[in-house]
Amino acid sequence: MNTGQTENTVTTLSKPISKEPVIEISNLKKSFGKQAVLKDVSLQLFNGENLVVLGKSGSGKSVLIKCIVRLLNADKGIINVLGEDVSKLGSDGLGELRQKIGFLFQSGALYDSMTVKQNLEFPLQRIRKNLSKKEMDEKILEVLENVGLSDALNKMPSQLSGGMRKRISLARTIVVDPLIMLYDEPTTGLDPVTSDEISSLINDVQKKYKTSSIIITHDMECVRATADRVIMLQDGEVYLEGKLDEFEKSTDELIKSFFK
Amino acid sequence: MPFKFYLFIMEKLTPVVKRIPNLQKAREFTLKISEKTIEKTEEASTFLTDFADVILFMTRMTKETFSRNFEFKEFLRQCFQIGYKTLPLISVTGAIMGLVLTLQSRPVLVDFGAVSMLPGMVAVSLIREMGPVITALICAGKIGSGMGAELGSMKVTEQIDAMEVSSTNPMKFLVVTRVLAATLMIPLLVLYADALGILGSWAGANIKGDVTLSLFFLQAFSHVGFTDFLPAVIKTFFFGAVIGVVGCYKGYNAGRGTESVGIAANSAVVLASLLVLIVDMVAVQITDMFVL
Repeated sequence: MNTGQTENTVTTLSKPISKEPVIEISNLKKSFGKQAVLKDVSLQLFNGENLVVLGKSGSGKSVLIKCIVRLLNADKGIINVLGEDVSKLGSDGLGELRQKIGFLFQSGALYDSMTVKQNLEFPLQRIRKNLSKKEMDEKILEVLENVGLSDALNKMPSQLSGGMRKRISLARTIVVDPLIMLYDEPTTGLDPVTSDEISSLINDVQKKYKTSSIIITHDMECVRATADRVIMLQDGEVYLEGKLDEFEKSTDELIKSFFK
Repeated sequence: MPFKFYLFIMEKLTPVVKRIPNLQKAREFTLKISEKTIEKTEEASTFLTDFADVILFMTRMTKETFSRNFEFKEFLRQCFQIGYKTLPLISVTGAIMGLVLTLQSRPVLVDFGAVSMLPGMVAVSLIREMGPVITALICAGKIGSGMGAELGSMKVTEQIDAMEVSSTNPMKFLVVTRVLAATLMIPLLVLYADALGILGSWAGANIKGDVTLSLFFLQAFSHVGFTDFLPAVIKTFFFGAVIGVVGCYKGYNAGRGTESVGIAANSAVVLASLLVLIVDMVAVQITDMFVL
C-alpha cells in the first residue's frame, strides 16, 4: 500500500503542541570507557510534538534515546519521562514506563523466528493482557492497515523488503498505543520514495495516536517532513535548538553543510 | 694495599661497565618490561571482568528461573527444538557408537574366550561413559552453537533490545527457557542414544556371530546395575545445564558486529565441550568416592 492509501486509512486530527513536557533531560553524560559520547545534553520533548535530533554519525544521537528507555544507563544527569525519573525506577516501574514508550530500531529488529502476526502479538500479549484473542486480531489488522501492509500478516521477516520491515516494525511499536515514540534513524538505508512514505507514516502516527516523538536522523528530507522542532548534536553537546526555518536560515557552516 | 684493591675492582668492573655502555638499550629494556606489565595487568583485568560477568549472568538467570510468569510456551518450543530436532543426529551417532564399539572389542574378547561378555561390556561402556559424553559433545556442537549463533544474531540486530523495551524480560524469555529445555532434553537424548547404541551393538554382533535381540538385551542388562545407571543419568543433567548456559551466555554477550555471531557460536562449542569433559571427570571422581 502506498502513502496515499495510508493517509486515507488514518484519521488526521490536527493537535496543537502543548507546552507540557513529556520528556525532560538535564545535563546528561554518557561515556564508553575513555570516550565521552554525551558530554552535557539537556532537552525537552513537549506533548504532541515531533522533535528531530540531528547530528553527524557518532554524535551520540542513538545513545541519547537508548538512555531514555534505559537500554543504556546514563553516567550523570536526570532523565524525566512522563514525570518519572528513569534512573530511580526499579525493574517493575521501568517495565510499566516502557509500556508507554514505542521504540523503532534502526534495523527494524523484527523477531526473525516469528511471522509478522506473531511479531505483533508478542508485545500485545504482554502489555495488553486484558484483550481477548478477537480484539487482539482486530488490533493487529488495524495497525497493519495503517502501515499499508495488511496482506503481510503471515509472512516471515525474511520475506519482507527493507521498507516493509520498517513499516511492520512501526506497526509492532504502535500496536500497544504508546504515548511517546522514539525513532532511531527510521529512513536509513531506504530509497527516497520509501523514505518519504516512512516520513509520512511518522506524521500519521503522531496525528492518529497523538504521540510525542523524538526522531533521530541525518536524512534532511525526513527532517523537513516531520520536524516541529530540531535539536542538533555535535561532539556530545547540543549545538543548536530551534524551529526548522531557523536552521535553514542559519549562516553557521556546520548547519549549512546539513541543510544545503 | 687499598690502591691494589682499587686496581682489582677497576679491573673487574671495567668489562662489566663496557658491556652496558648503551644507555638507550637499557631504557628500551625497561620500557619493554613496563609495556609487558601493563599488558598483563589489562589481561588480568579483562579476565576478572569476564568472570564477574559470568557470575552476574548466572545470578540473574537463577533469579529469573524462580520468578513468576514463567514462559511455558517458549519453554515447550525450545524442548521441541532441542529434543525432537536433534533426534536424527543422535540416532545415527548412537547406533554407530554401539556398532563400532562391538566390532572393535569382539576380536579381543574372542582371543580371551570371553565373547559372551560382549553385550554386558558394551552396555556398561555405553551407559556409564560413552553414551553420555559423546551425546553431550554432539549436543554441544549442535545445540550450543545454535544458541550462541541465534542469540548472537538477535543481539546484533537489536532484537534483544526490542524485547526489553517491549516490557519483556529477555533473560526470562530467551535464556531461562533454553537452559531449562537443554537441562531436561539432553538426559532424554542420552537415554535414547544408549538404547540405539545397544541396538547398534546387536547389529554388530550379528555381522560375525548369531544372537537374537532378546538374548542380547538380556545378557547386556544382566551386567548393568543401579550404580551404573543412576550416576550416569544424574551427570547428564549437568551436561545439559552446561551446554545451555554456555550457549546462551556466549550469544547473549556477543559483540555488536556480525563477526561476533561467528565468534559466539564457535566459542560456545569449544567452551561447552571442554566443560562437559571437566564435569564428566568430576562426576566420575564423585561416583568413585560414593558408589564403589
